[in-house]
Amino acid sequence: MIRVLYFASLRERLGSAGETLVDHPATLAELRGQLVARGDVWAEVFGEGQPVLAAVNQEMATAEQPLREGDEVGFFPPVTGG
Amino acid sequence: MMDTEIRVQSTPLDALAEIEPVYAGRHSVGGVVSFIGLMRDLNQGDRVSGMTLEHYPGMTEKALAAIVEEAGRRWELDGVRLIHRVGQVLPQDPIVLVAVASAHRGEAFRACEFIIDYLKTRAPFWKHEQMADGRSRWVDARGSDDDAAAGWEKGS
Repeated sequence: MIRVLYFASLRERLGSAGETLVDHPATLAELRGQLVARGDVWAEVFGEGQPVLAAVNQEMATAEQPLREGDEVGFFPPVTGG
Repeated sequence: MMDTEIRVQSTPLDALAEIEPVYAGRHSVGGVVSFIGLMRDLNQGDRVSGMTLEHYPGMTEKALAAIVEEAGRRWELDGVRLIHRVGQVLPQDPIVLVAVASAHRGEAFRACEFIIDYLKTRAPFWKHEQMADGRSRWVDARGSDDDAAAGWEKGS
């Protein structure tokens, strides 16, 4: 089981702040592929070339990052603080 | 020994009052450099009347701590205070304060600029602005911020 969180414009467009996935894929890239496969707005938000950043357990992560039981994954747009 | 204070707060940020504790009582400090980021009322040609700052609780604090630690590795610093607003802000409201104390000004100037440059590309904050004409939108990330952060990677 992993926890997936969506922030800012992603949360708004997806209409979801997060969800729990009982069966999780092996890597962040595979997770993103699963989300794209949902179609509609999911495919638009997570499709190839879309500016989406990801963190695993609150640390910035790249596509190859492996996912493990209990992980927290956060998806968000490029940051605009400061 | 570097003294650090890092906060994310939804209450107003009294930026000037937050600077003094970075040096008060520390007799080795020779200079303090501070940066105060303010909300502007104009963005991309549109009048902006207010802004909501969202963040990723938990990750934000870790990211800010990592940036300050990196500054402490690169320069000899006595103290760093890094405070960032979240929630609703209005034009002129301070959004972020970076205050750096060091024995010498050069270290403090460089560390202060490094911290704000890195914060702008690595800390999970997002701005949602309300415009004077009633529309609202998420603020897009700027390439110039990425360039500023990347400049530090080249050992400048």
